[in-house]
Amino acid sequence: MADEVRSQRDLRPGATVDGFTIEDLVHHGGMAALWRVSRSDIDGPVVIKVPMIGDGDEASSIVGFEMEQMIMPQLTGRHVPRYYGSGDFSKLPYIAMELIRGRTLAAVAGTLPMDPLEAAKLIGRVAAGLADLHRQKVIHFDLKPANIMFREPSGEAVFIDFGLSRHAKLPDLFSEEIRVPMGTAPYIAPEQVLRNRTDPRSDIYSLGAILYELVTGETPFGAPDSTAGLKRRIWRDPQPPKSLNKAVPDWLQEIILRCLEPDPAKRYPKASQLAFDLTHPDNVTLTKRAAKSQRDGFFKVWRRRSRPVPKALVQRAPPEGVNTAPIVMAAVDLSPGHEALAEAVLATVERILATSPESRLACVNVLKTSLISVDDTVDAEGRNIHVQLLAELKHWARPLGRSGERVTYHVLEAVDPAAALLDFAGANHVDHLIMGARGHSAVRRYLGSVSTQVVAEAPCTVTVVRLPEGTGSDIGQQAAA
Amino acid sequence: MKTALFADIHGNREALAACLAHARRHPFDRMMFLGDMVGYGADPAWCVDTVREAVARGSVALLGNHDEAVSGADPDMNQDALAAIEWTRSRLDGDQKHFLRNLSLLVEEGDTMFVHSSAAAPHAWNYITSPRDADACLRYTTRRIVICGHVHRPQVFHAMDRRPIEAFTPMHGAPIPLLRQRRWVAVLGSVGQPRDGNPAAAYAIFDSVQGTLTQYRVAYDTDAAARKIRAAGLPERLASRLYAGQ
Repeated sequence: MADEVRSQRDLRPGATVDGFTIEDLVHHGGMAALWRVSRSDIDGPVVIKVPMIGDGDEASSIVGFEMEQMIMPQLTGRHVPRYYGSGDFSKLPYIAMELIRGRTLAAVAGTLPMDPLEAAKLIGRVAAGLADLHRQKVIHFDLKPANIMFREPSGEAVFIDFGLSRHAKLPDLFSEEIRVPMGTAPYIAPEQVLRNRTDPRSDIYSLGAILYELVTGETPFGAPDSTAGLKRRIWRDPQPPKSLNKAVPDWLQEIILRCLEPDPAKRYPKASQLAFDLTHPDNVTLTKRAAKSQRDGFFKVWRRRSRPVPKALVQRAPPEGVNTAPIVMAAVDLSPGHEALAEAVLATVERILATSPESRLACVNVLKTSLISVDDTVDAEGRNIHVQLLAELKHWARPLGRSGERVTYHVLEAVDPAAALLDFAGANHVDHLIMGARGHSAVRRYLGSVSTQVVAEAPCTVTVVRLPEGTGSDIGQQAAA
Repeated sequence: MKTALFADIHGNREALAACLAHARRHPFDRMMFLGDMVGYGADPAWCVDTVREAVARGSVALLGNHDEAVSGADPDMNQDALAAIEWTRSRLDGDQKHFLRNLSLLVEEGDTMFVHSSAAAPHAWNYITSPRDADACLRYTTRRIVICGHVHRPQVFHAMDRRPIEAFTPMHGAPIPLLRQRRWVAVLGSVGQPRDGNPAAAYAIFDSVQGTLTQYRVAYDTDAAARKIRAAGLPERLASRLYAGQ
């Protein structure tokens, strides 16, 4: 019979705790020890994380453990370790979870600076994972290269260590007790420095700081050890990444500096929008941020410094803030004969966008290609078909009056239009897909239409726009059928 | 053990019926009524009978100040409340009053105390509305968790050993883990007369094995409840406040 662990001192290979058999120590850090364990009913590797509670900084480490104990059982999906149970202080405080097979971002990045395009791809995956975490109403609040892992072989980002995290529907144990900023100095957002723990955009700031470090080899604000030092980032802008690494493209500097805006309202409103830009560099709207070659001058900084702390940093974020900035995808068929339908789709898009000003619109058109023959890339008039479609798409969306980063255009070349639309919606974390349904031809009824398949399989809300029977554009179609 | 908890029903039949129907969707082992079955609402007899039948089948009911008032001397209450007490007395028979008079003030089970108002002098009917009140409550008991009602505004107070007490407003359907290294005072929302600005009826489920407390808010036929209060000639304010939840 194996020894049942009664306190931290009894932890050793072969001992058991609540049905877990301890195998070996895999990691021993300042805050916690990780022991590999096994339990007959669990497939795959499991660890227990045992917090190191010393005499000194007791409160924050106990609270950190409690937060993980509260939040981890609530989390699901590929971007968090699976939770298997926990124990409390009466015997052994621990959290049992899946051991992630993979490496941390710190290990994957290797020697810094790394290739900017590689870094953008990596952080694009992290931002996609973060969108999933925020959807579950959890703000991480301690994103750093050591707390982000990539699963092998899928490469999906996984967040670990929820000790400083916050769940919007659960008590925040840090709110009253802890009087100092909680976070990691190089990556902490300014509002977090001011102890405002309500805004998911704090995580977006941290991702910006991480991306900055990956491409420049330096942290944007150093690693100050005082609250005053941490507050500098409210008024002092970082050295532009391009000035430290010439290989950083303008669009990437734009993304990084936007994440690092001291005012949360100027950052990306949602992690999915950040992921979108990191994966579509061509669609990033460049502003002054992209062109910046040096830090702001003395007077500008001095003016910022002498202003009172911006209200946005101390105000509580709207609780549903993350949900007010959806990515809306409009799939439109601009081929001749479908003008009325395209117009109806446009009207519906306009109505839907009116309710969410921070939304982002992706206009998508599918260029159907053939599997067997090599398709022409130019039309009868010698125009590049792809470029022509892009121009038509922009023309179609013009009445919406959207510009800059609030609208993007995409022509997808695909054999299977439905699959292409579904892939796009999934890969870009689309919240709402709007598309038209063509008429009711016999063939379509028999084979199933594109919209039917999209509605059935889409990972998001779908609005299908249909013209009243017998109207305009489908007359030719019906005659053919 | 899962306990469905109902506090401050206050003679609101529609609200209690809606909460009971909602609670039946979750598996629970027993019900507990944390006092103030009557007062304010127009269906005191139905509510007392419903609770009494549940108690006969193993549920637990505790005494509230309004329950005490209808079966005893005039209490220290505001005009509207007194008018309702007076009216309620006329609607209850001897058995119903006897049932109310003989309810216990509190129940203690394992590490949890259930009480209408506070562990601090439960018969003084103190309100727990601040961390200070919660602190006073916890000083009067060695139990780790106190679950109570009386305030009509749901709030969960918690503290780790000798540290400041924090407050949290529970959200519909989100189970709050009552972490073992902390002490907790859970003030339940009211079934029949919510006062937190949300007119929906409140009840909760306490899972003593998982150590979680989940609050639910349930919409009910407010019109019917208000109409009956007006028809009974009770003060208008007792009807109108149901719509605002105040």
